[in-house]
Order: sequence, then C-alpha cells, then structure tokens
Amino acid sequence: MKQSITLNRVTKFMGLGFLITLKSLFTGELDKEGFKNFLRKIVVPIASIFLFIGLWHMGAKSLYNIEAEYKIEKALTEQGQEAAEVMRACIASGDVSCQPNTLPSPAQVWESYKTLLRDHQVIKADKVAFAEKTAALNAKRVAEGKDPITYTGRPSFVDQIFTSLKTVFAGFLLALVIAVPIGVIIGLSKTLRSSVNWLIQIFKPVSPVVWLLLVFMIVKTMTKDSNSDSAFIISFISVGLCSMWATLVNTAMGVASVDKDYINVAKVLKLGPVQKVFKVILPSSLPLIFTGLRITLSVAWMVLIAIELLAQSPGLGSFVWEEFQNGAIDSNSKIIVAMFVIGGIGFLLDRIMLTIQNTVSFNKTSGI
Amino acid sequence: MIDTTHNELVTENGIAFSENVMLDLKHLKKVYPTPKGDYTVLEDLNLQIMKEEFVTIIGHSGCGKTTMLSMIAGLNEISGGNISVLGHHIKGPGPDRGVIFQAPSLMPWMTALQNVMLGVNQVFPHVAKSQRTDIAKYYLQKVGLEEAFHKKASDLSQGMQQRVGIARAFAIKPKVLLLDEPFGMLDSLTRGELQDILIEIWNKEKITAVMITHDVDEAIFLADRVVMMTSGPKAKIGDILDIDFERPRTRKSVLEHDDYYTYRKHLIDFLEH
Repeated sequence: MKQSITLNRVTKFMGLGFLITLKSLFTGELDKEGFKNFLRKIVVPIASIFLFIGLWHMGAKSLYNIEAEYKIEKALTEQGQEAAEVMRACIASGDVSCQPNTLPSPAQVWESYKTLLRDHQVIKADKVAFAEKTAALNAKRVAEGKDPITYTGRPSFVDQIFTSLKTVFAGFLLALVIAVPIGVIIGLSKTLRSSVNWLIQIFKPVSPVVWLLLVFMIVKTMTKDSNSDSAFIISFISVGLCSMWATLVNTAMGVASVDKDYINVAKVLKLGPVQKVFKVILPSSLPLIFTGLRITLSVAWMVLIAIELLAQSPGLGSFVWEEFQNGAIDSNSKIIVAMFVIGGIGFLLDRIMLTIQNTVSFNKTSGI
Repeated sequence: MIDTTHNELVTENGIAFSENVMLDLKHLKKVYPTPKGDYTVLEDLNLQIMKEEFVTIIGHSGCGKTTMLSMIAGLNEISGGNISVLGHHIKGPGPDRGVIFQAPSLMPWMTALQNVMLGVNQVFPHVAKSQRTDIAKYYLQKVGLEEAFHKKASDLSQGMQQRVGIARAFAIKPKVLLLDEPFGMLDSLTRGELQDILIEIWNKEKITAVMITHDVDEAIFLADRVVMMTSGPKAKIGDILDIDFERPRTRKSVLEHDDYYTYRKHLIDFLEH
C-alpha cells in the first residue's frame, strides 16, 4: 500500500496522473469512481487517438485520389488517351516512379519509421566496422601527433536526434547562464529595470531567423582562423538568444516581486547584499525562475528545428529540410515521422522541467 | 511596578535622556503624500518606554499604530521628530529592534531551525557554529517546537509558524521587541497558548516590548502600561493606563483580580468614545 502511495505521488508530481488509473485497472482496484476515471483518462484519449488516425487516413486517401486524378488528367491532355491509361495502370500497380506526391497515410509513416530505424542499425554497424578498421591506424596517428581519422559517413535519424538534443541543451545552458544573472540584477534595481526595459521589449519578439543571421555575422568573423564546428556554434547561440527572454523576464519579475515580509525580515536582521540575494531573494523567486526556464526550453526546442533547417547544421531540422529537398517517394512520410519525434521529445522535455519545477517550488499549489 | 517618573537626566551625544528610558519617541510625525495633498497619520506623538517594560498599544484600525511600530523598527521613514534607543537616534532597521510580524514571515523554503539560525548567524557571527545552533534550539524549545526543528516552515501550521517567529525574535537578543498584532491571525485557542508562551519567555528575558493589539484582554494580560491612541488622521496618544498586576502573572490570577474589570471598562470606554 505504501508503495502505491509513493507511485501515486511520483506520477502526479510529473503530471502523468493517468498512469495510476492504468495501474488500478490491472490490479483490479477499480470502483465506480475509478471506472469513470478510467473512461475519462484512458478510454477517451485512446479513442481520440484512433479517431485522429482514422481522419488522417481518410484525408490522406482523398488527397492521394485528387493527386492521382490530376496526374491522369494531365497525361490525357498532354499525351493523349493511351498515356493516360498507362499512367492509371502505373499508379494502380504501386510503381515508385509514378506515385502521386502528397500527404502520406499513417501506414506509410509507420513504414518509414521502421525504415529509419533499420537505416540507423545499418549505419551503426558501419561505424563499428569503421572504428575497428581504423583503430590501429588511429593509434599510430595519435602517437605521431596527428588527428585521428573520424567517421564522415551520413548520420542516421537517431544520430540527428542526439545532435539536436545536444544543440538544444547547449543553447538552453547559454540562456540560463545569461538570463538568470542578468534577470536577478535587473530585478533588484528599479532604475536598471526601466532603463533596459526597451531593449527587452524590442528584442523579445525578434524572429529566430534574424537572430540566426546576426549570430552568423558575428561568429563567421570570430571563427575565421579556427577549425571549430561553426555550424554548431551558430545554431546553439541562436537558440540560446531566441529562448532566453522568457527566463530573463520571469527572473526579473520574480526578484522584483519577492514578498515584502521577507524583505522586511532581511532588513531587520541587517543581512548583507550577498546574503540577502542568496538566502532570501533567489530562493523565493525560484518558482518563477523555473517557470521561465520551462518556457525557455520549449521555445528553444521549437526554434531549434527552424534554425537547423536554415543554418544547415546537422540535426532534426536539417533532416527535415534534406528530406524535403530529396523528394524521394518516402520523403514525405519521413518528414511526418520527424514531426512526431520532435513533438514527442518536446513533450518529454516539458515534463522533465515540470518535475524539476515542482521539486524546487516550496509552494506546492503554485505548480501548474 | 516600574518607575515611570524617573527624572534623572543623563546627557550623551548631546541628547538628554533618562537612564531608565529604553525607547523615546519625540514629536514623532508621519505624513503620506497623496494626490489630494499630504495626509498626516501621526502628529506630535510623544512616548517614553522604560527598560524592561511591556507596553501594549491599542486603538482603532487605521489610527497609525502599525505605522508607528514600523517607524520604530526603521522600516518606515520618519517625517518629523525622532526616535531614540538608549539615547541614540535610530537610522534604519537593525537587529537591536527585533520584530514579530503579523504574518509569521518565515522563509517557507527553510526549516524552523534554519529560520531562527538566519538571525542568530547574523547577530552572533563570531560565536562558534555549535553554540549558535544551541541558541536557536534553546528558543525553539522554549516555544514548544522541539519536535519540529527540521520541519519546513511551509509545512507548519499558522500557530506553529508564529512560534518560530517568536523564537527568531528572542534568539537575536534585541534591546527592544516590537510586536505587530502577532496573534491577530490565529484562532482564540491558539492565541491564548501563544500569549502564555510569549509571557513566559518574556518573564525570563525581560526585553523591553512594544506590542500592538486589537484585543483588550490581551492588552491587559500582557502589559505594564496600555497606551491608547486616538483615531487618525493626526493620531496621538489619547490616554495611558498603568496595569498594576504583579508578575509573573497567570491568566487565572489576572481574571480574578478586583481591578481587572476596572481596567477593562477604562479601555473599552476609551475605544467607544
């Protein structure tokens, strides 16, 4: 019993309360109220998922038909009856060369998902083989003071995910390192707050694209002589700059709105400025700071895809872009797979931040 | 009974003061600027509070009691006149004037002990850490929280939080203790308990105390003198009542005392007219 209480707490804490209902279904502890909960929290969501897939399937099918009809029509007007018949037969046979290019169906997306995973296995095996083959040579090169030979083959979809995660965390850390201290300083001084307010208000709504270009201008010059990975640097700095505003504003607000009672206590005890900040102001504004960080992370993930797409730096964004340019028969369904992966990872990141936010929040009711 | 008519003046820093006066308010004035012109809350308020005296201040809501107390604490600026502690004019807040606020004002992310330690560390920085902890624990025990040293302040009930507030105020050993309706938010049962705890510690420490209250019985039970303030604006001291009960007092002995109802009637008459 005690164990189940802790499970309840943990899952509720992480905003995954539906797991409890699922568990009580299997343990047979379901009463009438629990059954209602079961319907609401499990049956209805699952039904809605099926409904969504069904609608998608039908939509994709009708788009497919429109596209196919158009192709046949075109063959008819341009090349005559015979070509139209050939085209109709070709489309019906499922030949790759003449498939209509439109929204893929759920089944096609699932197929592509499996393809991508297989592709990943192949590339992984390839890498291992490469490492084995070059191990002796690399050891020699390192001993001679040369750079080792690295694998330069195409990254797999899973590799792209990890690259994106790496970029987003670097950007997030940059945002944290810049925005929290500045937010605290701005929050402490009313004068400073009003003097930099215009800057924040102007830069906050600037589009990720513009940030990217700005960062590109600066980084391009700064990394002229070094052989560092400038695409990665550009994209993570852009991500950080785009996403830090929520944290900056929230931190400043949290620091500026510390309960007057706490400030009075600090005044009566004559706490020094450092103690006042670390013992009173920061802890009491932590919940708001973390609300800001949570927004920052989700914004970072959202703009990351666009920035990778533009900066041509490796990651999910460039994966999507390359597939779109590629125009292969399963490109569209691969893009949809990427879409779901992006959404899923975004959701997970948000849950992680929510969990951390609930841990640091002393006021348990304020967690959302 | 404390001798309030002591007249032997001592001069220090050019200020004349009687040796027995702990806290001296002279021609105190508070003006709040408003869009419609200045609003005078307090005007020409004079009050002397002796060493080891417990004074309660009673008056209608909005008469400026809290303004006066926060001016003594140094949290509110003085518009005119001056406040001195042992003959020294106060400048801003400081731990020589401990405050127990109406809301417990504990840092909710700290434990009860950490909250008390926050003050103790600040006031006794040169004392060994273990000794500081002992001081904090001693006062927490005094307020009956020996079980709750390591409980988060946010997990404590309102009454328990205010006990920590009392412990925190006494632990920094202030010269003057300022209490701003500290029990106003509590239910009457808890309030009684906390009054007993407060008076028990006070009997031992004899720290000069100024307490604001709305409660006539509380004012009589705790005080050596009850100061009645007139209604604002331009509030000043209307009347002062000496309470001649012997200390240590118990609630029972106070309630059974012949003078109790005379005092009570005096206060209520003042508040109603």
